[in-house]
Amino acid sequence: MSCARVFETTRAEGRAALVGYLPAGFPDKRGSLDAVRAMVDAGCDAIEVGLPYTDPVIDGPTVQAAAQQALDAGTRIDDVMRTVEAVASTGATAVVMTYWNPVERYGVERFAQELLDAGGAGLITPDLTPDFAPEWIAAADARDLDKIFLVAPSSTDERIAMTTAASRGFVYATAVMGVTGTRTTTSDLAEPLVARARATTDLPIGVGLGVSNGDQAAEIAGFADAVIVGSAFCRAVLDAPDLPSALRGLSTLAEDLAAGVRRG
Amino acid sequence: MTTLDPAPGASRFDADEHGWFGEPGLFGGRFIPEALVSALEELTDAWHEAMADPAFIADFEQVQREYAGLPSPLFHARRLSDRVGCRVLLKREDLNHTGAHKIRNVIGQALLTRRMGKQRVIAETGAGQHGVATATAAAYFGLDCTVYMGAVDTRRQALNVARMQLLGAKVVPVDSGSATLKDAINEAMRDWVASVDHTAYLFGTAAGPHPFPSLVRDFVRGTGDEARAQCLEQYGVLPDAIAACVGGGSNAIGLFTAFLDDAEVEIYGFEAAGDGVDTPRHAATIHSGASGVLHGARTYVLQDDEGQTIESHSISAGLDYPGVGPQHAQLAHSGRATYLPVTDAEAMEAFALLARTEGIIPAIESSHAVAGGLRVAERIATEKGPEATVLINLSGRGDKDMGTAIEYFGLGEAETAGEPA
Repeated sequence: MSCARVFETTRAEGRAALVGYLPAGFPDKRGSLDAVRAMVDAGCDAIEVGLPYTDPVIDGPTVQAAAQQALDAGTRIDDVMRTVEAVASTGATAVVMTYWNPVERYGVERFAQELLDAGGAGLITPDLTPDFAPEWIAAADARDLDKIFLVAPSSTDERIAMTTAASRGFVYATAVMGVTGTRTTTSDLAEPLVARARATTDLPIGVGLGVSNGDQAAEIAGFADAVIVGSAFCRAVLDAPDLPSALRGLSTLAEDLAAGVRRG
Repeated sequence: MTTLDPAPGASRFDADEHGWFGEPGLFGGRFIPEALVSALEELTDAWHEAMADPAFIADFEQVQREYAGLPSPLFHARRLSDRVGCRVLLKREDLNHTGAHKIRNVIGQALLTRRMGKQRVIAETGAGQHGVATATAAAYFGLDCTVYMGAVDTRRQALNVARMQLLGAKVVPVDSGSATLKDAINEAMRDWVASVDHTAYLFGTAAGPHPFPSLVRDFVRGTGDEARAQCLEQYGVLPDAIAACVGGGSNAIGLFTAFLDDAEVEIYGFEAAGDGVDTPRHAATIHSGASGVLHGARTYVLQDDEGQTIESHSISAGLDYPGVGPQHAQLAHSGRATYLPVTDAEAMEAFALLARTEGIIPAIESSHAVAGGLRVAERIATEKGPEATVLINLSGRGDKDMGTAIEYFGLGEAETAGEPA
């Protein structure tokens, strides 16, 4: 299901969408399927399925640890697609968050087709900007897949316009200058960045990097169309002694965040 | 002697404005988080302006001359020459301040940092040579310095950690991933994403996203510019072949650049083959890798069938890297340069050979160039006779490698072997 459908729903309900991130294969291959279902059941509108990669340059220690655990468990691209299917089968939207090299190596066309076949909506590409993405843009456009590119506080207005013009589904605004990880206060860079992006596009704008609780989610939901949470979900699993308590932790966090996006 | 090309973009071997070498889309480019794009564009502008500014060039050349001890000599290795049957020349980058070619790069980038008004520099390091060079330049220019180093490497290279600390740098061990050079680069990138408004990333090799491969090349190309002029001046000829070791590839591109347009000069890069390219333990990226994206550029990468980086192995930490600079990928692809593997064993044999025949203890990295260069020299000697010339880049000295040498050759024993009193 495409991201556009999610935002039709959330806009009708007058709220922001909640997007939760978890790497495929984390905490292990089977647990990962249960984990994403628990996140959807507890209120995530969409799941960002991470493709674990050996060299994740924009991830902080928490997501690195989660992705490394998934790699150590032998997670492959096929497992990523199975996780996407698990999300899609719940009726929620699944997008894949991936560094570029695994897609390039696997074959851009092949990856895009398998993603489509698994019911995935599109890709978030943290180290691929539209000006270096002709292969992905062609493969996505041929299949109506969502292309979620990132804008940053350091982006020039010109680059924001270029990026939003190339995006489909939504635009990912990175709220802080830094890597992924929870932060105790939300960034004052997020709102101006969302405003600058809005000036260039009608696409929904999602804000990520740093959100860890319902109050922060509510604050961001006040000016963004989606609140994206990653490290806090990974942390909930990493801190749990076993899968049942990990699933409870994910549910508790998702409920808190889901209530937050409804307060915003 | 001019060490800098004042007009980037002037050669057909240069990258285009997007950082592509050769055919657009093939090698190079800029595959990075959007958050870093503005910093790289700022760096690109500053670099272009600096290279066109005679005052910057004069500063660069003065610091190289008075502080780094450049130009380095071109040395005729007579006993090695006798051995292989033709003239063997060594470009003595091992005599540079801090012991390697790397000082050229950091002086250039530190001057650029100062020009951009930034007060802090960060760097990655494998064996510690680039870290030591960066810490040295930071001390010289009064910049705050943080060096990221794989935790495995901080243990293997404790002496260099101490040198960096003595020079005033903060050394941060990196535990993530394989805890080696590639992970140190990842961690430096993470720092930079968060600190980019006041921090410059002094990248240690001619790899990474545009403009680093070209920018680093401009700062290290003095090696080849000097060597070419010295060879002509001292011997009246160009070399028949030149050779350098290739990890990321900065010393190699430093040597090669001046000779790229000399079609009669054969160009050889020697990659670390570790236990052998038929084993899983090597770092022969061009020989055994596949095209992919690592650390911001499309180049050859040691990777599995799903694009996960495969850990490299070499006895030489400076060549122990699963990627390679994109210009080398292009030079290999186009056939202008030839890249061949040299094993740990071959490199260590050359390490000992150079010590005994010429009284020079080379870096183990450079020993790969010596081993490969001598192979080339033996062939050229049989083809062209004793007047032929092979020029090898001796990119660094081996003081840092004595621990490895002691272990490899079992050297400590002789101390107690009953020498006469």
